[in-house]
Amino acid sequence: METRLFVLQRASALLLAPLVIVHLGMILYAVRGGLTAGEILSRTQGSIGWGAFYGLFVLAASLHAPIGVRNVLREWTAWRGRSLDTAMLILALALAATGLRAVWAVIA
Amino acid sequence: MNTTRTDRRHAGYAAFIAHRLSGVLLALFLPLHFLTLGLALDGAQALDSFLAFSELPWVKLSEWTLVVLLCVHLSFGLRVLALEFLPWRGARKSWLGWGAGLAAAAGLLFMIAVR
Amino acid sequence: MSDMRAENGHLRVSIWRGKSEGCFVDYQVPARANQTVLDVVTWVQRHREPSLAYRFACRVGVCGSCAMTVNGRPRWTCRTHVGKVARDGRLRIEPLRNLPRIKDLACDMAPFFDKWQRAGGRFKGTATRKAPMPRLDPSSPQRRAADAAIECINCAVCYSACDTVAWNPDYLGPAALNRAWSLVNDVRHGEQDAIVAAAAGAGGCHACHSHGSCVEYCPVELEPTASIAGLKRRTLRGLLTGGDT
Repeated sequence: METRLFVLQRASALLLAPLVIVHLGMILYAVRGGLTAGEILSRTQGSIGWGAFYGLFVLAASLHAPIGVRNVLREWTAWRGRSLDTAMLILALALAATGLRAVWAVIA
Repeated sequence: MNTTRTDRRHAGYAAFIAHRLSGVLLALFLPLHFLTLGLALDGAQALDSFLAFSELPWVKLSEWTLVVLLCVHLSFGLRVLALEFLPWRGARKSWLGWGAGLAAAAGLLFMIAVR
Repeated sequence: MSDMRAENGHLRVSIWRGKSEGCFVDYQVPARANQTVLDVVTWVQRHREPSLAYRFACRVGVCGSCAMTVNGRPRWTCRTHVGKVARDGRLRIEPLRNLPRIKDLACDMAPFFDKWQRAGGRFKGTATRKAPMPRLDPSSPQRRAADAAIECINCAVCYSACDTVAWNPDYLGPAALNRAWSLVNDVRHGEQDAIVAAAAGAGGCHACHSHGSCVEYCPVELEPTASIAGLKRRTLRGLLTGGDT
Protein backbone atom coordinates (compact mmCIF):
# COMPACT_ATOMS: atom_id res chain seq x y z
CA MET A 1 0.00 0.00 0.00
CA GLU A 2 2.84 2.40 0.78
CA THR A 3 3.99 2.19 -2.83
CA ARG A 4 0.52 2.92 -4.15
CA LEU A 5 0.12 5.92 -1.83
CA PHE A 6 3.55 7.13 -2.87
CA VAL A 7 2.63 6.91 -6.55
CA LEU A 8 -0.69 8.70 -6.01
CA GLN A 9 1.03 11.39 -3.98
CA ARG A 10 3.77 12.07 -6.53
CA ALA A 11 1.44 11.79 -9.53
CA SER A 12 -1.08 14.20 -8.00
CA ALA A 13 1.82 16.56 -7.22
CA LEU A 14 2.98 16.54 -10.83
CA LEU A 15 -0.57 17.30 -11.92
CA LEU A 16 -1.07 20.02 -9.30
CA ALA A 17 2.12 21.93 -10.15
CA PRO A 18 0.93 23.42 -13.47
CA LEU A 19 -2.66 23.77 -12.19
CA VAL A 20 -1.44 25.78 -9.19
CA ILE A 21 0.64 28.06 -11.38
CA VAL A 22 -2.33 28.74 -13.65
CA HIS A 23 -4.58 29.30 -10.63
CA LEU A 24 -2.16 31.77 -9.02
CA GLY A 25 -1.84 33.59 -12.31
CA MET A 26 -5.64 33.77 -12.60
CA ILE A 27 -6.00 35.19 -9.09
CA LEU A 28 -3.41 37.88 -9.69
CA TYR A 29 -5.15 38.85 -12.90
CA ALA A 30 -8.63 38.71 -11.43
CA VAL A 31 -8.05 40.79 -8.30
CA ARG A 32 -7.04 43.86 -10.21
CA GLY A 33 -9.46 46.60 -9.33
CA GLY A 34 -11.22 44.63 -6.65
CA LEU A 35 -13.08 41.36 -6.81
CA THR A 36 -16.83 40.84 -6.90
CA ALA A 37 -18.81 37.65 -7.10
CA GLY A 38 -20.34 38.86 -10.31
CA GLU A 39 -16.92 39.11 -11.94
CA ILE A 40 -15.91 35.62 -10.86
CA LEU A 41 -19.15 34.07 -11.99
CA SER A 42 -19.25 35.86 -15.33
CA ARG A 43 -15.95 34.16 -16.09
CA THR A 44 -16.88 30.71 -14.89
CA GLN A 45 -20.56 30.24 -15.48
CA GLY A 46 -21.39 27.92 -18.35
CA SER A 47 -17.73 27.21 -18.96
CA ILE A 48 -16.93 23.56 -19.57
CA GLY A 49 -13.26 24.50 -19.72
CA TRP A 50 -13.14 26.02 -16.25
CA GLY A 51 -15.31 23.17 -14.99
CA ALA A 52 -12.82 20.63 -16.26
CA PHE A 53 -9.83 22.62 -14.98
CA TYR A 54 -11.15 23.07 -11.47
CA GLY A 55 -12.71 19.61 -11.36
CA LEU A 56 -9.32 18.10 -12.05
CA PHE A 57 -7.72 20.47 -9.55
CA VAL A 58 -10.18 19.39 -6.84
CA LEU A 59 -9.66 15.69 -7.48
CA ALA A 60 -5.87 15.99 -7.47
CA ALA A 61 -5.91 18.05 -4.26
CA SER A 62 -8.33 15.58 -2.64
CA LEU A 63 -5.79 12.82 -3.24
CA HIS A 64 -2.68 14.82 -2.41
CA ALA A 65 -3.67 16.49 0.85
CA PRO A 66 -4.90 13.46 2.84
CA ILE A 67 -1.88 11.35 1.89
CA GLY A 68 0.37 14.16 3.12
CA VAL A 69 -1.64 14.69 6.29
CA ARG A 70 -1.48 10.94 6.95
CA ASN A 71 2.34 11.10 6.96
CA VAL A 72 2.34 14.06 9.32
CA LEU A 73 -0.02 12.37 11.76
CA ARG A 74 1.84 9.06 11.68
CA GLU A 75 5.14 10.76 12.42
CA TRP A 76 4.20 13.56 14.78
CA THR A 77 1.33 11.99 16.74
CA ALA A 78 0.66 8.54 18.14
CA TRP A 79 -2.15 7.93 15.64
CA ARG A 80 -1.50 5.20 13.06
CA GLY A 81 -3.06 2.04 11.65
CA ARG A 82 -6.47 1.28 10.19
CA SER A 83 -8.38 4.05 11.94
CA LEU A 84 -6.03 6.70 10.61
CA ASP A 85 -6.24 5.30 7.08
CA THR A 86 -10.02 5.31 7.27
CA ALA A 87 -10.07 8.86 8.58
CA MET A 88 -7.85 9.99 5.71
CA LEU A 89 -10.12 8.29 3.21
CA ILE A 90 -13.06 10.15 4.70
CA LEU A 91 -11.09 13.39 4.48
CA ALA A 92 -10.38 12.70 0.81
CA LEU A 93 -14.05 12.07 0.09
CA ALA A 94 -15.09 15.17 2.03
CA LEU A 95 -12.62 17.34 0.14
CA ALA A 96 -13.74 15.91 -3.19
CA ALA A 97 -17.41 16.40 -2.34
CA THR A 98 -17.13 19.98 -1.08
CA GLY A 99 -14.70 20.82 -3.87
CA LEU A 100 -16.82 19.48 -6.68
CA ARG A 101 -19.85 21.19 -5.14
CA ALA A 102 -17.91 24.46 -5.25
CA VAL A 103 -16.95 23.85 -8.89
CA TRP A 104 -20.59 23.19 -9.71
CA ALA A 105 -21.55 26.33 -7.82
CA VAL A 106 -19.44 28.52 -10.03
CA ILE A 107 -20.08 26.95 -13.40
CA ALA A 108 -23.81 26.21 -13.19
CA MET B 1 14.84 7.38 25.83
CA ASN B 2 15.47 10.23 23.49
CA THR B 3 16.87 13.09 25.54
CA THR B 4 19.28 14.04 22.79
CA ARG B 5 19.00 17.67 21.77
CA THR B 6 19.65 17.25 18.09
CA ASP B 7 21.32 19.99 16.11
CA ARG B 8 19.23 20.24 12.97
CA ARG B 9 20.66 23.26 11.33
CA HIS B 10 21.08 22.26 7.73
CA ALA B 11 19.31 23.34 4.59
CA GLY B 12 17.58 20.06 3.82
CA TYR B 13 15.84 20.10 7.16
CA ALA B 14 14.64 23.67 6.71
CA ALA B 15 13.28 22.78 3.29
CA PHE B 16 11.42 19.82 4.77
CA ILE B 17 9.90 21.86 7.62
CA ALA B 18 8.78 24.64 5.29
CA HIS B 19 7.23 22.06 2.97
CA ARG B 20 5.46 20.18 5.76
CA LEU B 21 4.13 23.21 7.65
CA SER B 22 2.90 24.92 4.51
CA GLY B 23 1.19 21.67 3.51
CA VAL B 24 -0.59 21.29 6.84
CA LEU B 25 -1.80 24.90 6.78
CA LEU B 26 -3.00 24.53 3.22
CA ALA B 27 -4.85 21.33 4.12
CA LEU B 28 -6.61 23.24 6.89
CA PHE B 29 -7.47 26.10 4.54
CA LEU B 30 -8.77 24.07 1.63
CA PRO B 31 -12.16 23.07 3.10
CA LEU B 32 -12.85 26.70 4.01
CA HIS B 33 -12.03 27.72 0.48
CA PHE B 34 -14.40 25.14 -0.99
CA LEU B 35 -17.21 26.09 1.38
CA THR B 36 -16.83 29.77 0.54
CA LEU B 37 -17.14 29.11 -3.14
CA GLY B 38 -20.14 26.93 -2.42
CA LEU B 39 -21.81 30.11 -1.25
CA ALA B 40 -22.15 30.96 -4.91
CA LEU B 41 -24.82 28.30 -4.93
CA ASP B 42 -26.95 30.64 -2.90
CA GLY B 43 -26.56 33.22 -5.54
CA ALA B 44 -24.08 35.91 -6.15
CA GLN B 45 -25.33 38.01 -3.29
CA ALA B 46 -24.25 35.59 -0.61
CA LEU B 47 -20.81 35.38 -2.20
CA ASP B 48 -20.62 39.16 -2.58
CA SER B 49 -21.36 39.79 1.05
CA PHE B 50 -18.51 37.43 1.82
CA LEU B 51 -16.25 39.14 -0.66
CA ALA B 52 -16.96 42.51 0.91
CA PHE B 53 -15.81 40.77 4.06
CA SER B 54 -12.73 39.77 2.15
CA GLU B 55 -11.77 43.42 1.72
CA LEU B 56 -11.04 43.61 5.44
CA PRO B 57 -7.30 43.98 6.15
CA TRP B 58 -6.88 40.86 8.23
CA VAL B 59 -8.72 38.82 5.65
CA LYS B 60 -6.48 40.22 2.94
CA LEU B 61 -3.50 39.28 5.11
CA SER B 62 -4.72 35.70 5.40
CA GLU B 63 -5.28 35.51 1.65
CA TRP B 64 -1.77 36.75 1.10
CA THR B 65 -0.48 34.20 3.62
CA LEU B 66 -2.22 31.44 1.71
CA VAL B 67 -0.67 32.50 -1.56
CA VAL B 68 2.71 32.51 0.21
CA LEU B 69 2.06 29.01 1.56
CA LEU B 70 1.14 27.74 -1.87
CA CYS B 71 4.30 29.20 -3.37
CA VAL B 72 6.50 27.67 -0.65
CA HIS B 73 4.82 24.28 -0.80
CA LEU B 74 5.07 24.11 -4.58
CA SER B 75 8.75 25.10 -4.65
CA PHE B 76 9.89 22.64 -1.98
CA GLY B 77 7.62 19.98 -3.44
CA LEU B 78 9.41 20.34 -6.76
CA ARG B 79 12.68 19.91 -4.83
CA VAL B 80 11.44 16.55 -3.47
CA LEU B 81 10.36 15.41 -6.92
CA ALA B 82 13.75 16.39 -8.32
CA LEU B 83 15.61 14.50 -5.56
CA GLU B 84 13.52 11.41 -6.16
CA PHE B 85 13.38 11.28 -9.93
CA LEU B 86 16.27 13.24 -11.40
CA PRO B 87 19.89 12.14 -11.20
CA TRP B 88 21.92 14.18 -8.71
CA ARG B 89 25.11 13.68 -6.77
CA GLY B 90 27.06 15.68 -4.24
CA ALA B 91 26.68 19.42 -4.36
CA ARG B 92 23.62 19.27 -6.59
CA LYS B 93 21.52 18.28 -3.64
CA SER B 94 22.07 21.63 -1.97
CA TRP B 95 21.64 23.43 -5.28
CA LEU B 96 18.16 21.91 -5.45
CA GLY B 97 17.38 23.15 -1.95
CA TRP B 98 18.62 26.67 -2.55
CA GLY B 99 17.04 26.70 -5.98
CA ALA B 100 13.69 25.85 -4.45
CA GLY B 101 14.12 28.58 -1.88
CA LEU B 102 14.94 31.11 -4.56
CA ALA B 103 11.97 29.98 -6.64
CA ALA B 104 9.68 30.50 -3.66
CA ALA B 105 11.18 33.94 -3.02
CA ALA B 106 10.91 34.90 -6.69
CA GLY B 107 7.28 33.80 -6.78
CA LEU B 108 6.51 35.89 -3.73
CA LEU B 109 8.25 38.97 -5.08
CA PHE B 110 6.38 38.63 -8.32
CA MET B 111 3.10 38.47 -6.48
CA ILE B 112 3.89 41.49 -4.34
CA ALA B 113 4.85 43.45 -7.44
CA VAL B 114 1.70 42.56 -9.28
CA ARG B 115 -0.67 43.10 -6.39
CA MET C 1 37.20 29.53 15.24
CA SER C 2 35.85 29.09 18.73
CA ASP C 3 37.98 29.74 21.75
CA MET C 4 38.43 26.31 23.19
CA ARG C 5 39.93 27.37 26.43
CA ALA C 6 37.13 27.93 28.89
CA GLU C 7 38.84 28.71 32.17
CA ASN C 8 42.38 27.88 33.22
CA GLY C 9 42.97 26.04 29.93
CA HIS C 10 40.17 23.56 30.63
CA LEU C 11 37.19 22.34 28.66
CA ARG C 12 33.78 22.04 30.30
CA VAL C 13 32.51 18.64 29.28
CA SER C 14 29.04 17.23 30.04
CA ILE C 15 28.81 13.49 29.61
CA TRP C 16 25.70 11.33 29.83
CA ARG C 17 25.86 8.82 32.70
CA GLY C 18 23.24 6.14 33.05
CA LYS C 19 20.96 4.28 30.66
CA SER C 20 17.67 5.68 29.45
CA GLU C 21 17.37 7.18 32.91
CA GLY C 22 20.35 9.15 33.99
CA CYS C 23 21.83 12.59 33.82
CA PHE C 24 24.66 14.65 32.46
CA VAL C 25 27.71 14.91 34.68
CA ASP C 26 30.18 17.75 34.22
CA TYR C 27 33.95 17.38 34.09
CA GLN C 28 36.82 19.81 33.68
CA VAL C 29 39.22 18.37 31.11
CA PRO C 30 42.63 19.91 30.32
CA ALA C 31 42.55 21.48 26.87
CA ARG C 32 45.37 20.57 24.53
CA ALA C 33 46.42 21.97 21.18
CA ASN C 34 45.53 18.80 19.31
CA GLN C 35 42.72 16.90 20.87
CA THR C 36 39.84 14.83 19.60
CA VAL C 37 36.58 14.23 21.41
CA LEU C 38 37.68 10.61 21.88
CA ASP C 39 40.81 11.89 23.63
CA VAL C 40 38.55 13.87 25.94
CA VAL C 41 36.34 10.87 26.78
CA THR C 42 39.41 8.70 27.33
CA TRP C 43 40.95 11.29 29.66
CA VAL C 44 37.75 11.39 31.73
CA GLN C 45 37.64 7.61 32.04
CA ARG C 46 41.31 7.38 33.01
CA HIS C 47 41.55 10.30 35.40
CA ARG C 48 38.07 11.04 36.72
CA GLU C 49 35.54 8.28 36.10
CA PRO C 50 36.87 4.71 35.85
CA SER C 51 33.35 3.33 35.45
CA LEU C 52 32.57 5.41 32.36
CA ALA C 53 31.46 3.09 29.55
CA TYR C 54 32.23 3.98 25.93
CA ARG C 55 33.23 2.27 22.68
CA PHE C 56 36.17 2.72 20.39
CA ALA C 57 38.52 0.49 18.44
CA CYS C 58 40.81 1.78 15.71
CA ARG C 59 40.85 5.45 16.90
CA VAL C 60 41.94 6.51 13.41
CA GLY C 61 38.64 6.91 11.58
CA VAL C 62 38.29 3.52 9.90
CA CYS C 63 36.01 1.38 12.05
CA GLY C 64 33.13 3.65 13.10
CA SER C 65 32.94 2.21 16.64
CA CYS C 66 33.42 5.52 18.43
CA ALA C 67 30.31 7.21 17.05
CA MET C 68 28.53 9.38 19.62
CA THR C 69 26.41 12.52 19.69
CA VAL C 70 28.62 15.56 20.19
CA ASN C 71 26.89 18.91 20.77
CA GLY C 72 23.77 17.50 19.15
CA ARG C 73 25.46 16.01 16.10
CA PRO C 74 26.28 12.33 15.48
CA ARG C 75 29.99 12.00 14.73
CA TRP C 76 33.01 9.73 14.92
CA THR C 77 34.65 11.08 18.04
CA CYS C 78 38.14 10.00 16.97
CA ARG C 79 37.80 12.20 13.90
CA THR C 80 36.25 15.16 15.67
CA HIS C 81 38.79 17.76 16.61
CA VAL C 82 37.67 19.57 19.76
CA GLY C 83 38.46 22.95 18.25
CA LYS C 84 35.94 22.33 15.48
CA VAL C 85 32.97 21.62 17.71
CA ALA C 86 33.52 23.11 21.15
CA ARG C 87 31.78 26.44 21.42
CA ASP C 88 33.31 28.44 24.23
CA GLY C 89 35.17 25.37 25.33
CA ARG C 90 32.01 23.39 26.06
CA LEU C 91 31.25 19.86 24.98
CA ARG C 92 28.09 17.86 25.46
CA ILE C 93 28.62 14.17 24.78
CA GLU C 94 25.88 11.54 24.75
CA PRO C 95 25.23 8.22 23.02
CA LEU C 96 23.88 7.94 19.48
CA ARG C 97 20.23 8.87 19.10
CA ASN C 98 17.53 6.37 18.09
CA LEU C 99 19.20 3.37 19.72
CA PRO C 100 18.57 1.87 23.17
CA ARG C 101 21.18 2.81 25.75
CA ILE C 102 23.27 0.14 27.46
CA LYS C 103 25.37 2.29 29.72
CA ASP C 104 26.70 5.84 29.50
CA LEU C 105 27.98 6.35 25.96
CA ALA C 106 27.46 2.80 24.72
CA CYS C 107 24.26 2.03 22.86
CA ASP C 108 22.73 -1.22 21.67
CA MET C 109 23.33 -1.69 17.95
CA ALA C 110 21.03 -4.72 17.68
CA PRO C 111 17.96 -2.85 16.35
CA PHE C 112 20.17 -1.22 13.72
CA PHE C 113 21.39 -4.58 12.48
CA ASP C 114 17.94 -6.17 12.72
CA LYS C 115 16.65 -3.56 10.31
CA TRP C 116 19.67 -4.14 8.08
CA GLN C 117 18.66 -7.78 7.82
CA ARG C 118 14.97 -6.96 7.34
CA ALA C 119 15.79 -4.68 4.45
CA GLY C 120 17.37 -7.68 2.71
CA GLY C 121 21.00 -6.78 3.37
CA ARG C 122 22.27 -10.33 3.46
CA PHE C 123 23.91 -11.36 0.20
CA LYS C 124 22.61 -14.54 -1.38
CA GLY C 125 24.79 -15.92 -4.14
CA THR C 126 23.38 -17.82 -7.08
CA ALA C 127 26.51 -19.46 -8.42
CA THR C 128 28.27 -22.61 -7.21
CA ARG C 129 32.00 -23.08 -6.74
CA LYS C 130 32.10 -24.83 -10.07
CA ALA C 131 30.86 -21.80 -11.97
CA PRO C 132 33.43 -19.49 -13.56
CA MET C 133 34.15 -16.15 -11.88
CA PRO C 134 31.52 -13.64 -12.93
CA ARG C 135 32.82 -10.79 -15.06
CA LEU C 136 31.40 -7.54 -13.78
CA ASP C 137 31.89 -4.39 -15.75
CA PRO C 138 32.76 -1.65 -13.23
CA SER C 139 31.46 1.03 -15.55
CA SER C 140 28.00 -0.43 -16.01
CA PRO C 141 25.25 1.79 -14.56
CA GLN C 142 24.24 -0.89 -12.09
CA ARG C 143 27.78 -1.46 -10.85
CA ARG C 144 28.34 2.30 -10.54
CA ALA C 145 25.17 2.59 -8.48
CA ALA C 146 26.27 -0.27 -6.24
CA ASP C 147 29.80 1.09 -5.88
CA ALA C 148 28.51 4.51 -4.85
CA ALA C 149 26.75 2.91 -1.90
CA ILE C 150 29.11 0.13 -0.97
CA GLU C 151 31.61 1.77 1.38
CA CYS C 152 29.23 1.76 4.33
CA ILE C 153 30.79 0.38 7.52
CA ASN C 154 27.55 0.40 9.52
CA CYS C 155 28.58 2.96 12.10
CA ALA C 156 24.94 4.11 12.62
CA VAL C 157 25.71 7.82 12.38
CA CYS C 158 23.11 8.20 9.60
CA TYR C 159 20.59 6.17 11.57
CA SER C 160 21.07 8.52 14.49
CA ALA C 161 20.90 11.62 12.35
CA CYS C 162 17.65 10.55 10.74
CA ASP C 163 14.52 12.26 12.08
CA THR C 164 12.27 9.82 10.27
CA VAL C 165 13.86 6.97 12.23
CA ALA C 166 13.05 8.92 15.39
CA TRP C 167 9.46 9.59 14.33
CA ASN C 168 8.57 6.28 12.66
CA PRO C 169 9.56 3.11 14.58
CA ASP C 170 8.93 0.95 11.49
CA TYR C 171 11.35 2.86 9.30
CA LEU C 172 14.27 0.68 8.25
CA GLY C 173 16.58 3.66 8.08
CA PRO C 174 19.20 5.07 5.72
CA ALA C 175 21.97 2.50 6.25
CA ALA C 176 19.75 -0.53 5.79
CA LEU C 177 18.14 0.91 2.67
CA ASN C 178 21.47 2.08 1.30
CA ARG C 179 22.77 -1.47 1.69
CA ALA C 180 19.62 -2.84 0.05
CA TRP C 181 20.20 -0.53 -2.92
CA SER C 182 23.77 -1.77 -3.33
CA LEU C 183 22.48 -5.36 -3.45
CA VAL C 184 19.59 -4.62 -5.78
CA ASN C 185 22.25 -3.39 -8.21
CA ASP C 186 24.44 -6.42 -7.69
CA VAL C 187 23.76 -8.77 -10.59
CA ARG C 188 25.10 -11.73 -8.57
CA HIS C 189 22.53 -11.33 -5.82
CA GLY C 190 19.75 -13.90 -5.90
CA GLU C 191 17.04 -12.22 -3.81
CA GLN C 192 16.25 -8.96 -5.54
CA ASP C 193 12.51 -9.48 -5.07
CA ALA C 194 12.82 -9.70 -1.32
CA ILE C 195 14.63 -6.36 -1.31
CA VAL C 196 12.02 -4.66 -3.45
CA ALA C 197 9.27 -6.11 -1.26
CA ALA C 198 10.92 -4.83 1.93
CA ALA C 199 11.57 -1.43 0.36
CA ALA C 200 7.96 -1.21 -0.78
CA GLY C 201 6.42 -2.14 2.54
CA ALA C 202 5.69 -0.24 5.71
CA GLY C 203 8.87 1.36 7.01
CA GLY C 204 10.45 1.08 3.60
CA CYS C 205 11.91 3.64 1.26
CA HIS C 206 8.70 5.64 0.88
CA ALA C 207 8.96 6.84 4.46
CA CYS C 208 12.01 8.90 3.53
CA HIS C 209 11.31 12.62 3.10
CA SER C 210 14.72 13.55 1.71
CA HIS C 211 15.81 15.81 4.57
CA GLY C 212 19.27 14.56 3.78
CA SER C 213 20.59 14.48 7.35
CA CYS C 214 22.14 11.12 6.51
CA VAL C 215 24.10 12.68 3.65
CA GLU C 216 25.01 15.64 5.81
CA TYR C 217 26.58 13.50 8.55
CA CYS C 218 27.91 10.35 6.86
CA PRO C 219 31.61 10.23 7.72
CA VAL C 220 32.34 8.24 4.56
CA GLU C 221 30.44 10.80 2.42
CA LEU C 222 27.85 8.34 1.19
CA GLU C 223 24.43 9.48 0.00
CA PRO C 224 21.70 7.25 1.39
CA THR C 225 19.10 9.77 0.19
CA ALA C 226 20.15 8.99 -3.38
CA SER C 227 20.11 5.24 -2.76
CA ILE C 228 16.65 5.50 -1.25
CA ALA C 229 15.45 7.55 -4.23
CA GLY C 230 16.75 4.74 -6.41
CA LEU C 231 14.73 2.25 -4.38
CA LYS C 232 11.63 4.43 -4.75
CA ARG C 233 12.00 4.32 -8.51
CA ARG C 234 12.64 0.58 -8.36
CA THR C 235 9.44 -0.04 -6.40
CA LEU C 236 7.49 1.89 -9.02
CA ARG C 237 8.82 -0.50 -11.60
CA GLY C 238 7.75 -3.37 -9.38
CA LEU C 239 4.26 -1.93 -9.15
CA LEU C 240 3.96 -1.56 -12.90
CA THR C 241 5.15 -5.08 -13.64
CA GLY C 242 2.69 -6.55 -11.17
CA GLY C 243 3.44 -8.06 -7.83
CA ASP C 244 1.81 -7.31 -4.54
CA THR C 245 3.40 -4.20 -3.11
